[in-house]
Amino acid sequence: MESNEVFAILRDQTDRLLAEHVTREALAAADRGAWPAALWNVVAEAGLPHALVPESAGGAGLAPAEALLLLRRVGYHALPLPLGETMLANALWVAAGGAPIAGPATLAPTLPGVMVGMAREADRVTLHGTIAAVPWGDSASLVVLAQGGDNALHLALLPPPATAPVLTRNLAGEPRPTLILDGAPVTEIRPAPALAKSGMLALGAALRAQQMIGAMEHALDFALAYANERQQFGRPIGKFQAVQHMLAEAAGQFAAATAAADGILTAFGDEEAVFAVALAKARVGEAAGKVAEVAHQVHGAMGFTQEHTLHFLTRRLWSWRDEFGNEAEWQRLIGRRVLAAGGAALWPMLAGA
Amino acid sequence: MHAFRFDAIDLPPEALAARRRIREFLTSEQKRRDFVSYRNSWNSFDPEFSRRAGAAGFIGVTWPREYGGAAQSSLVRFVITAEMLAAGAPCGAHWIADRQSGPQILRNGSARARRDILPRIAAGECYFAIGMSEPGSGSDLAAVRTSAVRDGEEWRINGQKIWTSNAHRAHYLIALTRTGEAGPDRHGGLTQFIVDLSRPGVTVRPIRNLAGGHEFNEVFFDDYRVADDMRVGGVGEGWRMVTSELAFERSGPDRFLSDYRLLVEMIEHLRENPDPRQEIAVGRLVAHLAALLRMSTAVAGLLERGENPALEAALVKDVGTAFEREIPEIARLLVPVLPSFEAGEPFAEALAQVMLHAPSFTLRGGTREILRGMIARGLGLR
Repeated sequence: MESNEVFAILRDQTDRLLAEHVTREALAAADRGAWPAALWNVVAEAGLPHALVPESAGGAGLAPAEALLLLRRVGYHALPLPLGETMLANALWVAAGGAPIAGPATLAPTLPGVMVGMAREADRVTLHGTIAAVPWGDSASLVVLAQGGDNALHLALLPPPATAPVLTRNLAGEPRPTLILDGAPVTEIRPAPALAKSGMLALGAALRAQQMIGAMEHALDFALAYANERQQFGRPIGKFQAVQHMLAEAAGQFAAATAAADGILTAFGDEEAVFAVALAKARVGEAAGKVAEVAHQVHGAMGFTQEHTLHFLTRRLWSWRDEFGNEAEWQRLIGRRVLAAGGAALWPMLAGA
Repeated sequence: MHAFRFDAIDLPPEALAARRRIREFLTSEQKRRDFVSYRNSWNSFDPEFSRRAGAAGFIGVTWPREYGGAAQSSLVRFVITAEMLAAGAPCGAHWIADRQSGPQILRNGSARARRDILPRIAAGECYFAIGMSEPGSGSDLAAVRTSAVRDGEEWRINGQKIWTSNAHRAHYLIALTRTGEAGPDRHGGLTQFIVDLSRPGVTVRPIRNLAGGHEFNEVFFDDYRVADDMRVGGVGEGWRMVTSELAFERSGPDRFLSDYRLLVEMIEHLRENPDPRQEIAVGRLVAHLAALLRMSTAVAGLLERGENPALEAALVKDVGTAFEREIPEIARLLVPVLPSFEAGEPFAEALAQVMLHAPSFTLRGGTREILRGMIARGLGLR
């Protein structure tokens, strides 16, 4: 079998698995703050947390592009777990020479230039710094990009916090605590691999962009189905031009966002990844707001209830577009680079040199 | 959401080679004094430029060699057209013939039409206008009333077309005419003919646009006689041919690069000392452009595979023209320069030019509203 056929089977299997287990009840329970242990066991048994770990190291050995496409399906189903974070944390840690991490893991969304400091005391290495909005930072092992006294970059692995941090959550109820590392001892420390060069923010933004594609697709699927089914004035509301045009515009946003997110698939992990991620996170984030708006407008008051499932998607879209850099932050990075290069340089930058 | 797909593709080596060749060509063209990139778009009519582009092999590249083409893929053509627009080349004279009239004649024209006309288009010497719209037939194209009546080996055409860009300086147009009953679906009874604009029976009258420019016209047919072998496609097949042409017409780089040169001039204006607001606004536009370029390239790939991506093309045009219309609105707020043709300053002139032409971006080639109706149908909204 061709490798893309193998991947298609894996993707469909994952889709079915998530459709079966990420139920309304499971999402509502996660909303109330419970760690979805049963769900975690389901995805762990499927080998998904180690999707990006090479087969030689006991993982599934997916190509980055495949893993990113899989994360669109994870976003489609609004899986209330740090699965993408765990995949990336493992990819980083194994690339650095570490063993695959057991259980959920996450990335510290550190800003470029704002480093977590590292200190050695005898044979102990400790970290010093404050990291805001760590996805599932209350319950996952943490991979941190830290700077040593020699200015070299290292990856540090920390166990899940022993005492629960003050729990902040995003709009979707997903844990995003601030972690204050004040001499926190690391489990292990390793030189940062090439994959970490683009920075944690870019890796996380690549993940959120793919998840948003999935969540947008699902919100649009809901809206299209509802527009064909909901009757007013004696016909489905999808027959009205005003509704049709709104959905057509949302489909255009989704299509453009998908094209932008595709740009990461081939660039992931290489030097130019940051620019591709910036283009994607900026464009996808903008589309996410508009698609969520249209999906709600089409659903009317029904979509504004807790009873309906639409909000599990739209609250994630509203959260994810802000995480790992919002549109304006990534737009600014693009703008600075484009303005520094000048007008004549823009076209080759986009179309190829 | 399985209604549409924009499969990412890698450009094949021949497209990359074509890109190098067209860039060399355009670099030498840009050295000419009469090449003023910020004044140009795909409406800039310059037969001298088109002849040089034709001689260099950049027109009709997908057509067979016997008709003056280079038997290259759609992706090669895509690269060439995108590079011309990005460079601000005055490519308007040959644009319609290369984009849609030529391909239509190649697929559906008679042997004589193919032999006589296509090599001249490919040489950059022969230009076309589009003969679809009529006073009573704008978005509702099926309402065409211009009639063609058979008369022995010829047809007689009577009626009127309108909004016919370049009819006063093109050699031909392809007229969509009524030759029979519309039928219950309203799409029957339409037939296309190649009309030679230099022959008796055709009158062209200018219509000035709001910028004072003369691009479009009214065209009157008064017993215009056309030989049967200038018919394009079968009698009554006009609707099918016109609609199948739209994927080519709507998905190209001309649907998001019409005012690319204004974006370039804006960047030049801001590059010295940009503030965060300007950086963010430029970054946003560039992110939009990058996504559109990927979408449009993907459609070129689908066309190359022989698919009919009508829905994807409508999406490119809807999203792309919305982007085009945003550029002047953003530029005017970021750069405190008044739009003017007399300022002697590229940005001011480009902004004036785009501001006065922007309304046409979301009208020509199918209005935004028609496109959104098509997209909605493609999404399964019944």
